[in-house]
Amino acid sequence: MNASCLNIANLSAVLPNGARVLRSVSLSVQPGEVRALVGESGAGKTMIGKAVLGVLPPSVRIVEGDMLLEGEDLGRLQPKARRTLIGARTALIPQDPLTALNPSRRIGPQMTDRLVRILGWSGQGADARIRQLLDEVQIRDPDRVLKCYPHELSGGMRQRVLIAAAFAAEPRLIVADEPTTALDVTVQKQILRLIAQLQREHGTAILFVTHDLGVVAKISQKVSVLYAGKVVEEAETAALFAAPQHPYTRALMAATPRYTDPFASLKPVDDAVLAGLAAEIAAADQAWRRPHG
Amino acid sequence: MDDGRISRHGSGARLWLAGGWLLLALLAAIFAPLVAPQDPLAQDLMFERLPPFWMSGAEPGFWLGTDSLGRDLLSRLIFGARIAFIVAFAAALAACLVGSTLGLVAGYFGGWADRIISRIVDVWMAFPPVLFAILLVAVLGTGLSSVIIAIAVIDWTRFCRVIRAETMGQARMDYVENARIAGYGRIGIMLREVLPNVVPSIVALLSLEMGIAVIVEAILSFVNLSISTDDPTWGGIIAEGRLSIHQAWWVLVFPLVTLILTVLSFSQFGEGLKARFDPVLR
Ligand SMILES: Nc1ncnc2c1ncn2[C@@H]1O[C@H](COP(=O)(O)OP(=O)(O)OP(=O)(O)O)[C@@H](O)[C@H]1O
Ligand SMILES: [Mg+2]
Repeated sequence: MNASCLNIANLSAVLPNGARVLRSVSLSVQPGEVRALVGESGAGKTMIGKAVLGVLPPSVRIVEGDMLLEGEDLGRLQPKARRTLIGARTALIPQDPLTALNPSRRIGPQMTDRLVRILGWSGQGADARIRQLLDEVQIRDPDRVLKCYPHELSGGMRQRVLIAAAFAAEPRLIVADEPTTALDVTVQKQILRLIAQLQREHGTAILFVTHDLGVVAKISQKVSVLYAGKVVEEAETAALFAAPQHPYTRALMAATPRYTDPFASLKPVDDAVLAGLAAEIAAADQAWRRPHG
Repeated sequence: MDDGRISRHGSGARLWLAGGWLLLALLAAIFAPLVAPQDPLAQDLMFERLPPFWMSGAEPGFWLGTDSLGRDLLSRLIFGARIAFIVAFAAALAACLVGSTLGLVAGYFGGWADRIISRIVDVWMAFPPVLFAILLVAVLGTGLSSVIIAIAVIDWTRFCRVIRAETMGQARMDYVENARIAGYGRIGIMLREVLPNVVPSIVALLSLEMGIAVIVEAILSFVNLSISTDDPTWGGIIAEGRLSIHQAWWVLVFPLVTLILTVLSFSQFGEGLKARFDPVLR
């Protein structure tokens, strides 16, 4: 019996040159839970999200591991059934709210279209639903927004629209890939609060990708720390901040500015930690290669 | 943004000027028998090489003068516009349909579809276009439809290359990935999500191509490979004008000016439309 909303076990993915971008990643997200995925740039956070959503770039190949979405093994499903399942149960809140909206279509049709054409809602039902969600993300003039083209909205407004769209079809799992990185600081806080609020109200599980430990502390119940495609530490968020186990996690924390004391000196990850990580990765690859040729 | 506003105004004026000329020429072509002051084929040796209306020796009713057989130049230009526009619309549409479709498929699906289509385009473009056209017409035989086919067969690659590149750019955008996640099929995404974003470029290219078709038709007429020599064509008139340039410069200059104005208008009209169509530029 597996009650996880998402369960990734031993997932490895390689590039055409044989290099692993994901190194036996395991993580799970329980229903209604926010799991943060934190790590520096290039760690493979986006790759994990894309793997779950079935949109890995063609050059990246999954060579090992299972992904279970609400108990259904994504690897065993026919492509079409997999698409249908992913489309019905998941959604993405992307990093760049500009390119995530189709520039040549108005917001309204763009949002209702998915409900109507993919999920079979009536036009009226979809319209009412979208308006309800726009209200939930605190868009006060839905009539205007629905008629706008994406470029006519500010970045914050676009991200609100995308959040509304993500929650509209009541997915069980949302992948939020650095949803506030492209926004300016004041807007970041509002957007973060909105996501947290909708998450609570809708009881949606979120895989929340970020490189910001401050965000992790605010939004998540559990954290996975990723380095070079490998999960180096995983813990309850409170426990992680109280007592980080892995030296890399400690180094990341030391490198994160604090709102209380923004001018405290920030330490870059030091060489001993990096050397330790390199050894750890090499050992993992060694162990992995043995059975895999 | 000041820059945006200025360029938008520029594009507006461009659009109206170019569109105005094209509309005028199109109406003249459609209603040629009504608006042409003379019969374009009527020869009158009494009236040969009459100068245009403002020069001494001009005759009323022959506004732009006559050629060396005494045929009214304005009337011949008006009737020539018919063939120019038929060729422009038919050839450009055919080239657009073939080229845009292949470009969209190559750009969106990539992989082997892209490799095959791109290779064909490369081979195609290795032929010099004018020679290619002359060769084709020589094979197909002269006549309106072979001119149209020749232009379409040669110029679909222009659409294919541009639309492929634009489509590739669009296909990388997150909204396409989002549509995949939502569960849309590949062909549906190509047609509903990507295509609308390349339509402005298709429109601009289509208009540009109409201008190019007018030139190519003129070149083919000039070398006597277009339609039957009786019907006046702009290229044919230019060819005749060249022979009497010293006695009657107007027989060469007016069709040339008409041709250039039309071709420029097509390209400017296309650019203007693109700016108008594109929600991001607008
Ligand atoms: N299309 C691709 N083909 C091959 N390799 C890729 C591709 N995209 C990314 N990579 C590589 O995969 C690794 C993981 O990239 P990923 O985008 O998942 O990092 P990330 O943790 O999301 O980083 P960021 O914080 O910068 O978004 C990187 O080393 C990157 O170079
Ligand atoms: Mg990323």
